[in-house]
Amino acid sequence: MGRLLRKRPALGMALLSGVSTAVGIVIVLAIDWFPVQASTASPQIDTLWDVLMIASVPVFVLVMAVALYSVFAFRAEPGDLSDGEPIHGNTRLEVIWVTIPFIMVSALAVYGWIVLDDIEAKQTDPLIVNVTGQQFAWRFDYPDEGKVKSTELVLPEDRDVEFRVNTDDVLHDFWVPEFRLKTDAVPGLTTKIRLKPSRIGEYDVVCAELCGLGHATMRSAVRVVTPEDFDAWIAKEQQSETDGGAAAAGGDEAAAGKQLFTETGCNACHTLADAESASAIGPGLDELSADAEKYGEQNDQSPEEYVKTSITEPDAFLVPDFNAGIMPADYAEQLSPEELDTLVKYLLSVSGEEKP
Amino acid sequence: MATTPEHAARISRLQQARPEVVMHGLREEPRGWLAWLTTTDHKRIGIMYLFATFLFFILGGVEALLIRLQLAVPDGTLVTPETYNGLVSMHGTTMIFLFVVPVWAGFANYFVPLMIGARDMAFPRLNALSFWLLAFGGIAFYGSLFFEPPGAGWTSYAPLSDDAYLPGGGVDAWIFLIHLTGLSSLVGAINFIATIHNMRARGMGWGRMPLFVWSILTYSYLLVAALPAIAAAVTMLLTDRHFGTDFFDANGGGDPMLWQHLFWFFGHPEVYIMILPAFGIISEILPVFARKPIFGYKAIAAATVAIAFLGLLVWAHHMFTTPTSTVVLVFFMMSSFLIAVPTGIKIFNWIATLWRGSIMMKTPLYFAAALPALFVIGGISGVILAVFPVDWQLHDTYFVVAHIHYVLFGGSVFGIFAGLYYWFPKMSGRMLSEGLGKASFWVMFVGFNLTFLVQHSAGLSGMPRRIYDYPESAGWWGFNLASTIGSFLLGIGVMMSVVNVIVSIKKGQKAGNDPWKGNTLEWFTQSPPPENNFDVVPRVRSVEPMKDIRREVMKGAEPAGTVAQPVASGT
Repeated sequence: MGRLLRKRPALGMALLSGVSTAVGIVIVLAIDWFPVQASTASPQIDTLWDVLMIASVPVFVLVMAVALYSVFAFRAEPGDLSDGEPIHGNTRLEVIWVTIPFIMVSALAVYGWIVLDDIEAKQTDPLIVNVTGQQFAWRFDYPDEGKVKSTELVLPEDRDVEFRVNTDDVLHDFWVPEFRLKTDAVPGLTTKIRLKPSRIGEYDVVCAELCGLGHATMRSAVRVVTPEDFDAWIAKEQQSETDGGAAAAGGDEAAAGKQLFTETGCNACHTLADAESASAIGPGLDELSADAEKYGEQNDQSPEEYVKTSITEPDAFLVPDFNAGIMPADYAEQLSPEELDTLVKYLLSVSGEEKP
Repeated sequence: MATTPEHAARISRLQQARPEVVMHGLREEPRGWLAWLTTTDHKRIGIMYLFATFLFFILGGVEALLIRLQLAVPDGTLVTPETYNGLVSMHGTTMIFLFVVPVWAGFANYFVPLMIGARDMAFPRLNALSFWLLAFGGIAFYGSLFFEPPGAGWTSYAPLSDDAYLPGGGVDAWIFLIHLTGLSSLVGAINFIATIHNMRARGMGWGRMPLFVWSILTYSYLLVAALPAIAAAVTMLLTDRHFGTDFFDANGGGDPMLWQHLFWFFGHPEVYIMILPAFGIISEILPVFARKPIFGYKAIAAATVAIAFLGLLVWAHHMFTTPTSTVVLVFFMMSSFLIAVPTGIKIFNWIATLWRGSIMMKTPLYFAAALPALFVIGGISGVILAVFPVDWQLHDTYFVVAHIHYVLFGGSVFGIFAGLYYWFPKMSGRMLSEGLGKASFWVMFVGFNLTFLVQHSAGLSGMPRRIYDYPESAGWWGFNLASTIGSFLLGIGVMMSVVNVIVSIKKGQKAGNDPWKGNTLEWFTQSPPPENNFDVVPRVRSVEPMKDIRREVMKGAEPAGTVAQPVASGT
């Protein structure tokens, strides 16, 4: 090889590049780049990725081979002051390296477009899921399935789903890495995205667009289940929603309060042991009953009034070390007065308890 | 000159004498730091630009290292989410608006007049104004450290950047930075355009202009084309925040997508604004150190212009996940692909320049030869991101972070360091240490690849960008730890070059006029050049005027049109 490189550098380079390219392609195909494939779009996108990698390796190898070979083989000896070959250019080479990349990118563009068309194809009888992003939680509701509302996303396997993505406040981005699809939630617009889950399992909905301090923690669970389990889950949710209303009216206020706490997304920012949340973006609520007494007194409010004001007008009073403008100020619109009362009672009842 | 009694007496005698001689507008040359504050000399302004931008580079680097420390382990608690978002926003903004874009203005200020054989820029006072606008932009922005840094990222997407979500003054400081540095770049660009069009040496037609000057001309036109869009956008954001307008607020009938279109109409050309001058420097350095003419001069110059033109037509590829009609996005996918072609032309021509050269292995060549190798990775990942079904997975992940750093660090910053090592002898009259320079290169090269190569994988496995922490169960710890270690190596490598500059500026070997046997006219004059640059400007007969002059000197003939400056025999 060494002798060949010295005598016929161009031929030696071609051989060396060919071998490196083959090795490179084997490596890029062997690496497991993506999370598991959980939608019918995933294999298509992964194949497209593989094709792109196969097309990229020879380009990379060629550039590296020529550059590396040149700096080793054409290095001037110390004291050698001679000039290199006075070559000013070569029109034929220029034409070649304009044409070949042009053909390559055109072919890839056409292939990309075909995959795109395939994924965006119209569906028959899709399950509609409304997705709403807010700082810093996701909410899902199923308008055709008895208007079930949920903070976890449950989907039946092998059925087309159409997501209609909205946001209550800033930009968010709805992304399930295992589905390979993501789309922005834009204020004032509804974004649609279609896919078909193809693998039973538990994944995460991730927010991919910087949306404020809780961006990193804005995650929700996705469960892909069998169609039977899905129907059962819908039925159960419908039941519990009626029960939930009854419980709030009748007795089990703690359960209703805890549900409100997670459904409204409070847990994304506030630590509360009873609701198993441990985020530190906003003030922790485990000592709330004592704090509410203390700060309420400062503001001439009862503890209940203090907590309620803190939810509806978060900037009216600031706990030391926390800043204005971080907590969304629209909970008065999101929550009904009854829900607000339930939440306040719940918060004051579970905070300050002795924890084992 | 202080006024001495003899001096005063002489002046009064002169005043009594007839005919009266009156000189208008002649001021005494200030000295010391005042000379720097009041200067309109393009070389001094260039040095001030380089000094200020490297200072910002170090600040931005410290911010980057804090980000990496926070992400080194899962559930990091080094900084609060608020501080983290501030660091992310300041790092991106600093590196782009206060380092890479203006550092080119610094190099161009110093070297464009020298390379085209001019004695200063076309508008010297305007030139000083551009520097001071930049300095005040940086001060206004860093002033926000004392109240509340911006928290919406360097892109400041509305409505997060609106007063409802970020009421503190940080975003306002960011807006003032964009306006001040934008004005600075705009007047600077007009100055470069006027200088390059009108002040070239005799004989320097468009086909004989150095490729770095071609790239600066293109950079300037791009700035003029792109900056008004962002200036309009940030003005609208300012009135949204403080004067009750609703340009970007959907509740008032505005549209947050408008911000993204305006931002990226500027933002994508900005990428080429940052990379084209690096391409220009490489096109100067490679032929000098390969001792061979540049391969395909016309192709490279044409590719520069083609990239700039196409660069104005690709902005929505940053918006592939927004609700935009598919036909529009397909257009932007195609145009983004097309850019790969002229970029490829450049890379192929550079490596063809090295082929069969007689290569001098000096530090500037190390940085210059690494650039095509690193940039090809950023270029390939760019093509992959332009395939928009794949972009659905990769958008807003660490894959994009890796891509932007391969382009901006592997491309622009390696180009900046190549330029620093190449031109330092001209600016200071002294050589940088080769040993320390090469060591710095290797530490930077290894550190850079360790930091950013693994970030591709982190992104592909689902790590979104701009997150302040991640759970251990996500499985990204290994990638992030490697990245953090790499970033500190990279920092050490950069500091080695900083030390090299500080030591060599006083103690470096004397450089002489032309230590590298350069091709272009800046090597014709002394190091550092006198205030008027050239006593006599030679007539230019090719792309490599210095090679012509050396050849004539070798033949023993006095080169035409040159008298004053001796030509150094090299090292």
